[in-house]
Amino acid sequence: MRTPVFFIVALLCGLAVFGAALWTANDYVFYAGYVVLHFIVLATAWNILGGYCGYVNFGSAAFFAMGAYSTIALHKLGTNVGRYFPEAIAPVAGLIMPLPVPVLILIGGCVAGLVGLGTGYLTLRLRGAFFAIATLALAVVLQTLVINWDFVGGARGAYVIAPQTLAIGGFELRYIHYLALIMIVLVVIALTVARLIERSRLGYGFASIRDDELAAEACGVPTLRLKLIATTISGALMGMAGAPFPYYINYLDPASAFNLSYGVNSIAMPMIGGTTSWIGPLVGAIIIATLQQWMTVTFSSEWGVLFAGALLIAFVILAPKGIVGHVQDFLRQRRQSRTGR
Amino acid sequence: MTRPLLEVANLGKRFGGFVALEGINLSVNEGERVGLIGPNGSGKSTLVNCVCGTLVNETGTVYFDGQDMNGLTAHERTHRGMARSFQLPRPFGSLTVADNLRIPMIYTVNARAHTAVKTHERTHLSPAEIDARCAELLGLVGLADKADKFPRDLTQIEMRKLELARAMAADPKLLIADESMAGLSQSEVADIVALLIKLNERGITIILIEHIMSAVMSFSQRIVVLVSGRKIADGRPDAVVNDPQVIGAYLGQ
Repeated sequence: MRTPVFFIVALLCGLAVFGAALWTANDYVFYAGYVVLHFIVLATAWNILGGYCGYVNFGSAAFFAMGAYSTIALHKLGTNVGRYFPEAIAPVAGLIMPLPVPVLILIGGCVAGLVGLGTGYLTLRLRGAFFAIATLALAVVLQTLVINWDFVGGARGAYVIAPQTLAIGGFELRYIHYLALIMIVLVVIALTVARLIERSRLGYGFASIRDDELAAEACGVPTLRLKLIATTISGALMGMAGAPFPYYINYLDPASAFNLSYGVNSIAMPMIGGTTSWIGPLVGAIIIATLQQWMTVTFSSEWGVLFAGALLIAFVILAPKGIVGHVQDFLRQRRQSRTGR
Repeated sequence: MTRPLLEVANLGKRFGGFVALEGINLSVNEGERVGLIGPNGSGKSTLVNCVCGTLVNETGTVYFDGQDMNGLTAHERTHRGMARSFQLPRPFGSLTVADNLRIPMIYTVNARAHTAVKTHERTHLSPAEIDARCAELLGLVGLADKADKFPRDLTQIEMRKLELARAMAADPKLLIADESMAGLSQSEVADIVALLIKLNERGITIILIEHIMSAVMSFSQRIVVLVSGRKIADGRPDAVVNDPQVIGAYLGQ
């Protein structure tokens, strides 16, 4: 399937899901669905660096929080234009501010993408466990910076009160429906990017880096440049997943934006679903995030993280190829036994 | 055909206090078949790594095809026409045999077509041309029926052949084969030597690093001997093996 066709088909599927959710006439479906959707974006983004390139990122929360906090900063600027802008610029700023969520997503993506590029440069020669430790350290450093940045609320956190409804072209839309729609589009974009990479020369290059970086370099693969491309794309998508989050949660503090659950989930979901194709993170995220939502309302949200961790360990030991990988193996074997090879 | 393709001038490399290479001068002509031998730890692999850009040499210069290679990364040198195989095969394990060959075609042959590296007059390969070249190369090394297999399904000699085919897929001028025959049986060694000679007849300059003397003797037009990071002999095979210094280095004085 060609990429534009895939994009449209995926978008139609997403809209069908949205329509089905509307039909239930239950807002909880949207609140839970939003979480599942933003985890699909996070898992897909993680997989571009972790699954395709083989660089395990433990600091997903940092990129996610960069997106969320760029939104908080811009929201605060936008709601207090007269206070933060000089008089000469204030009327102009008042015209474009507060910025709509899609623009905030783009900005959050750029900020997190730059952080990703910086991470790539700083960790040039780090591989394996050392790269993972460096990304974990990055999350701690950024969290400390945000805690001490009073403008975005510091350790107290910040309130971002979203309106109840949004009028688009004379059409009243409930805000949670609007956020869910935006997330669906974001999921479709993330999946399209991942699928496009997988099938392009970039995908071959990433796979060669994952398998053997020295041999890749000897084959003419510019490993450093490709690594930077991967950290940037992966970081940008994570930031885009985080940018609308303040409008969803309405109150955000560093402890929840940099929460361990983002790091754990964005590793667990692709590993459980399968890291070699774009379908893996999608499957993993839908299964894990849905079960976690069920656990949150049935037991408590802490059980969700424990569950993802336990399942991750089980899969790494028992089924390292993930659900999609093992299904593909099974289908290949069946095909071969049929053709008699 | 006597223009030097590779020139190594006064090359030196240390690891901490250990002198791995010192004052190495080496010239390899276009189309030549050179054997590089020396006892374990004599600096053969270090020399290969310095020439290919995997390691950075401290002194001296590597000239390839008239260009100064100092400061170029390994992949930039591959783009300019150097290719190597590794001592221990390092295939891309998650890719099929055919896809292993696609990597250098996409990233070296097609990168040459894009960038200003005009060492080869090549154009961009289409996916169909890449497929055709894969099939041709796999046929040449005798892995035609393994195209869809994964490296883990290959035998030791097939793995070595894949290693050579992948180096060849970059369409190089110079092929450096680092111990392509270690651990193979006598008939398999002869198989690889025949393959290397076939590649040489296609106009590729080859440097063979090898411990198996029979293979080096039958393959090489010239032999270079390294001992303790220095070059002690450089000449025709029969002259080199009778050189008292070489005999001393191998058998002990």
